[in-house]
Amino acid sequence: MKPAEKVRIEPALEAISLEKTFTVRGGLPGSAAKKVHAVSDVSFQLQPGTTLGIVGESGCGKSTLARLLLQLIEPDAGDVLLDGSQILQTRAGLKAYRRQVQMVFQDSSASLNPRLTIEQSIIFGPLIHGVDKESARTDAHELLTQVGLEPTLYAGRYPHELSGGQRQRVNIARALALRPKIVIFDEAVSALDKSVEAQVLNLLNELKAKLDLSFIFISHDLNVVRYIADNLIVMYLGEVVESGSVDRIYENPRHPYTKALLASMPSTDPEERTHEAPIVGDPPSPIDLPQGCRFAPRCPSAEAVCTANAPAHDPVGAEVVRCHMADPVSGHSLAGQSS
Amino acid sequence: MSTPLLKVADLTVRFRTEKGTIAAVNGINLELQRGQVLGVIGESGSGKSVTLRALLGILPPRKTQISGAITLDGRNVLSLTKRELSKYRGGEVSMIFQEPATALDPVFTIGQQITETVMRHGATTKAKARARALEMLDLVKIPDARSRIDNYPHELSGGMRQRAMIALALSTGPKLLLADEPTTALDATVQIQVILLLRELQRELGMATIFVTHDVGVAAEISDRIAVMYAGRIVETGTASDVLKTPRHPYTNGLLTSTVIGARRGETIDCIAGMPPDLAAMPQGCAFAPRCPLATTECTAAVPMLKKSGADQFVACIRQEADGRHAA
Ligand SMILES: Nc1ncnc2c1ncn2[C@@H]1O[C@H](COP(=O)(O)OP(=O)(O)OP(=O)(O)O)[C@@H](O)[C@H]1O
Ligand SMILES: Nc1ncnc2c1ncn2[C@@H]1O[C@H](COP(=O)(O)OP(=O)(O)OP(=O)(O)O)[C@@H](O)[C@H]1O
Ligand SMILES: [Mg+2]
Ligand SMILES: [Mg+2]
Repeated sequence: MKPAEKVRIEPALEAISLEKTFTVRGGLPGSAAKKVHAVSDVSFQLQPGTTLGIVGESGCGKSTLARLLLQLIEPDAGDVLLDGSQILQTRAGLKAYRRQVQMVFQDSSASLNPRLTIEQSIIFGPLIHGVDKESARTDAHELLTQVGLEPTLYAGRYPHELSGGQRQRVNIARALALRPKIVIFDEAVSALDKSVEAQVLNLLNELKAKLDLSFIFISHDLNVVRYIADNLIVMYLGEVVESGSVDRIYENPRHPYTKALLASMPSTDPEERTHEAPIVGDPPSPIDLPQGCRFAPRCPSAEAVCTANAPAHDPVGAEVVRCHMADPVSGHSLAGQSS
Repeated sequence: MSTPLLKVADLTVRFRTEKGTIAAVNGINLELQRGQVLGVIGESGSGKSVTLRALLGILPPRKTQISGAITLDGRNVLSLTKRELSKYRGGEVSMIFQEPATALDPVFTIGQQITETVMRHGATTKAKARARALEMLDLVKIPDARSRIDNYPHELSGGMRQRAMIALALSTGPKLLLADEPTTALDATVQIQVILLLRELQRELGMATIFVTHDVGVAAEISDRIAVMYAGRIVETGTASDVLKTPRHPYTNGLLTSTVIGARRGETIDCIAGMPPDLAAMPQGCAFAPRCPLATTECTAAVPMLKKSGADQFVACIRQEADGRHAA
């Protein structure tokens, strides 16, 4: 028998050791400029047809990562690959890339131009990319139907004539108008009412299957992420501290930060309330990073090794746990014991 | 049972607008005991915030028609004079919001704001008021309160700003705290800290609380009792356990089913069909009937009253038998 040839399915999108710092001026005149470490050494693979969730505390770098992926800002180091290829950093290259990777933001009202009708908003992108007006309009009406807004009723309306949930549907239709392969959602359902949120999530599942899409889904609602995402990356202070399948991480989180984060989910049973906050205080400043492991100052299991060295990790592995306890040879007293 | 701290009888709030009269609150009755926490859940636009604003006495008088009675500690809030109202607001009753910016002024330090509020509500000296401010910042567990007291709101993290707003609201020792989604904008780790803090303070200070939220989990964590609002009415109320575990109104049931919590990945979530009614043209009878899977023609005849159903649960639905089953 011939050994099976191993075919590598290219990830739809891949990030390789992305790095981004922002330079900010000190508070006092004359004080030196400082560096904000927003995204440090972030790698992941988005498999075609799947959804990758991104979670982590406010300020941990989720939106910065999204902007890097969209090529809205330039990384200090690292690469983004689309279907296994580098992105041409020319005008035409970026234009072609942005057609394939679209984004939906949280604030549905701020991202629609109040002076354009719904239809005008949706065909705006396609017109710029050279689609003729008639077919752009036909597509727009089809998309409106797909997101559950009857075109004869809604195409001519202005954003202020829609509810929040309806506006977010328009944003989704607009993101899809260029027939992208990948859509990044940055807190896109967070401002919606829970019952509208459920409708929008149903819609996303439906469209993803129908249009062969891959999603990146940023949210601080851990219930939403569990429902929508297949794989997950957990970020802390700019780094990926844990990644893997959603099922594995929710059932068996291995990094102490992931454990604390998941234990912070409110109970839905009034008789089984939470009695103690799993983690207190604020994360350290991304300007003056702690020595060693970035989570050590708040970690219940921190030992000398944690503040001495940064934990080793496998940069391209699908399952990452950036913690000395997950590394059998780190010297941490609990190393290798964690499940 | 002892006399309730708060009694609301047939509270109705209408707004006059260009598009007609909006019936935002349509006859709410509720009682709240001292030290009790009432969670209020319901879809966007169901009148949760307007109810809280009526209780705090901050609805714009010229555009608003309010009727019914709000009695706090034996006094009718709706007949307070302007002077009495300004003592009542932020004194006997305080409110906290989703966005701390609603309550905190960006041009004053948090210490100045708490000190000023405490002075306005009767502290004798500035030194005493500042001591009280420090005590409050300690109470809400702002680390290193002694140096944080002179910070401006923008110099604090989101979680700390939320704590500072809570400190400001509690500094006058209110009997009733009105909380309008104070944890919605926070991330999970900070949210649970703020919930636990509020639960602890509320218990220690014996303060009654009405806590509005969209999140069933948050409601479960904080509420003794829960009221479910739909189109400006309370359609179901009872202990948190009863309402969340054995919902008896079809709307409550729909609300608790149309959630990602417990849903399997990729599986369609069961949503309540349709949209809430136009409050400028309320439907006849039960406002939920147009969306209700159990509705019959009878439902549109009259607005159903809250009726006892089970030991300590009240439901406004005529399709509901006393034993909690739906009429066949
Ligand atoms: N243009 C910028 N200049 C300076 N600092 C920035 C800039 N953009 C982001 N930062 C900082 O980078 C860090 C990461 O910010 P980012 O917005 O990516 O976080 P986030 O995880 O999206 O947070 P949230 O959950 O609150 O949206 C923060 O400390 C932020 O203050
Ligand atoms: N000042 C006002 N003038 C006119 N209509 C108003 C006014 N304030 C509120 N409303 C309307 O009253 C209804 C109830 O609003 P309210 O803010 O109480 O809803 P809510 O239950 O708090 O919703 P959400 O969950 O979105 O905060 C809404 O239809 C709203 O548009
Ligand atoms: Mg963000
Ligand atoms: Mg509200």
